[in-house]
Amino acid sequence: MSKVDLSVKIGNLFLRNPIMLASGTVGYGSEISEFTDLNSIGGIITKSLSLKPRKGNPPQRIVETPAGMLNSIGLANVGVEEFIKSKIPFLNKFDVPLICNIAASSVDEYVECTKILTSEETIKAFEINVSCPNVKEGGLQFGNDVKAVGKVTEKVRAATSKPIIIKLSPNVSYISEFAEVVKKEGGDAVSAINTLVGTTFDINTHKPKIFNINGGLSGPAIKPIALAKVLEISRKVDIPVIGTGGIMNWEDVIEFIIVGSSAVQIGTLNFIDPAAPGKIVKEIEDYCLQNGITKISDLTASYLINE
Amino acid sequence: MFIIESPVVEKILVQDNVFLLKIHSPEIASVIKPAQFLNIRVSSKSYPLLRRPFSVCDVEGEDIYLLFNIFGEGTRILAGKSSGDLIDILGPLGNGFILNDDYEIAVIVAGGLGSAPFPFVTRELNDKKEIMSFIGGRTSKDVITYGMKNVFTASDDGTAGFKGTVVDLLSSKIDELKKKSIKVFGCGPTSMLKALKEFCVKQNIVCEVSAECAMACGFGICQGCPIESTNNREKYLLVCKDGPVFNVQDVVI
Repeated sequence: MSKVDLSVKIGNLFLRNPIMLASGTVGYGSEISEFTDLNSIGGIITKSLSLKPRKGNPPQRIVETPAGMLNSIGLANVGVEEFIKSKIPFLNKFDVPLICNIAASSVDEYVECTKILTSEETIKAFEINVSCPNVKEGGLQFGNDVKAVGKVTEKVRAATSKPIIIKLSPNVSYISEFAEVVKKEGGDAVSAINTLVGTTFDINTHKPKIFNINGGLSGPAIKPIALAKVLEISRKVDIPVIGTGGIMNWEDVIEFIIVGSSAVQIGTLNFIDPAAPGKIVKEIEDYCLQNGITKISDLTASYLINE
Repeated sequence: MFIIESPVVEKILVQDNVFLLKIHSPEIASVIKPAQFLNIRVSSKSYPLLRRPFSVCDVEGEDIYLLFNIFGEGTRILAGKSSGDLIDILGPLGNGFILNDDYEIAVIVAGGLGSAPFPFVTRELNDKKEIMSFIGGRTSKDVITYGMKNVFTASDDGTAGFKGTVVDLLSSKIDELKKKSIKVFGCGPTSMLKALKEFCVKQNIVCEVSAECAMACGFGICQGCPIESTNNREKYLLVCKDGPVFNVQDVVI
C-alpha cells in the first residue's frame, strides 16, 4: 500500500493517480503497453474517434520545431464501430480507466458517437475534442465559439451519464470563458490545452513543411502557455482541470498540479520516451514523500500569489 | 522493441561527411534484421526533441553500425559522439527486407544515404545469393559504396561511374541480369524510388524498397508517417509499422 494517496476524483471518474496519457499520443494503447504498464497509470485517452473511419491528412504530417513539434494528422482513426470491435477487447485486459476522445464535424455527430460508445462498460468517461486545429470541418470551428462549446457540452451531457471532459483550445483570448460554459452546461471537467496553431516554411522551396500548411504545436515549447491557461481557469472557474502541454518530467507534473490541475496528461513525451509515464508516477510519489504530502489532491491549486 | 542505452565503440569517417558509428549493443544485434531501423535520442535536452530514425547499416557480432551524414542538429550531435558515450536507442522497429525467397541474384539499388541498409543485406546474403549493387548519387561525394560488393556506380554529374541516374544504369544492364531470376532491393530518395518502381513494374521484376517519411515515435502511435496503399485507398499504411520495407506493388510512391 502506498504511503501517499495519489488518487484523484474528477466527477465520478476515479483515477488511481493523476497521470493520464493524452489522446493522439498512445493510439489505442497496444503499442505503448510494451513500454509502460498501463495498470500503473491513472487513465488512458484514446486517439480521437469519429463516427466513420477517417483517413487523415497526406504526408508530411509532422515536423520538429525548437523544443516542440507540429503535427497535422487530421484525426486519422478507425471509427467508433471498428474501435468497439477490434480495440476494446485489448484494452479490456487492463485495469486502467479508459476515456474515449470524440471528434466530430457536427453537434449531432458528437451525440451519435457518445450514444454508441456509452453502453460500453470499459469506457469510463468521454473527452470531447472541440479543439483540433487540423481538420477543415469541426474541431476548432467549435473550439473558438463559446456558444458552440456550450451546445456540444449540453447535448453530449444529455447523451451519457458518464463523466464528460471538454478538451479546450488555447487559440482563444480567454479560455476561462469556455471553461465557464462547460461547467454551466453540465461538463465534469476540462482538459487544457490542446495544441497551438503553428506553421513553418522551407526557405528554399517557399513551401510549407507540412501538407496542411498549419499544424498543432506541442512539446515543451508550449508548457508556459499551458500553465497560464490552467491557472486562468483555476482562478476563475470552479471546475476540475486536467493540465496538459509539454510535460517532459515529474517536475512539470507537479508544476501543473500547483497551478490548478487535478490531473495531467502526458502527450508528446510518449513519442520520445514511451516508458516515461510509469517512471513519472513513481517520481511524483517520491516527491510527495519527501515533502510530507499525504494526498496529491491537496497540491491542486496550491499556488501562492501575492496580490 | 525496447529502449536501451548502448555505448559507442568507435566513430569512423567513411568519406567526406559520411560517418559510421559502431555501437556495442548485443541486445539489438541479436534480433535486428536488414532494413529494420532504430529511433535514436541524440540528446536528453528539449532540442532536438524527437528521436531520429536510422536504418541499421551492419551487424558484426555484438556490435551494430549506423551510417549517416551531418544533415541537421541531430546528426551534428551524433557525429560528435565518441567511444564510451551512451546512445539511447529505441528499436528494432519496422519490417526488414525479405531476403530468403526464391531468386538467384539480389540486385541492390541505392541512392545517396539510401546505401545505409545494404552492408547488412550484403553480409546476410553473401554465401546464399549472387549480389549486384547499383549505387548512385548527385556527385561522387554522394556515392556511398561502403560494405557492398560487385558495385556499379552512377552520378548525376558523371564524377563517379555512369553519368545519369542509378535506375538508368540498372536499365542498361537489365538484359544481362534477367538471364537469371532476380529480385531488386531499393533505398534512396523518393524520386529514385518512384523511377525504380516504374522500371520494375514495366520489367515485371519483384522489387522491395525501404521508404522514408518524417515521423515522431517510430512504432505507430503518432500516426505521423502515412504512405498511400494501392490495395486500400480508404486507409493509409504507416511507414514505421507497416514498412519501412514495402513491395513496390503495394504502395504509391
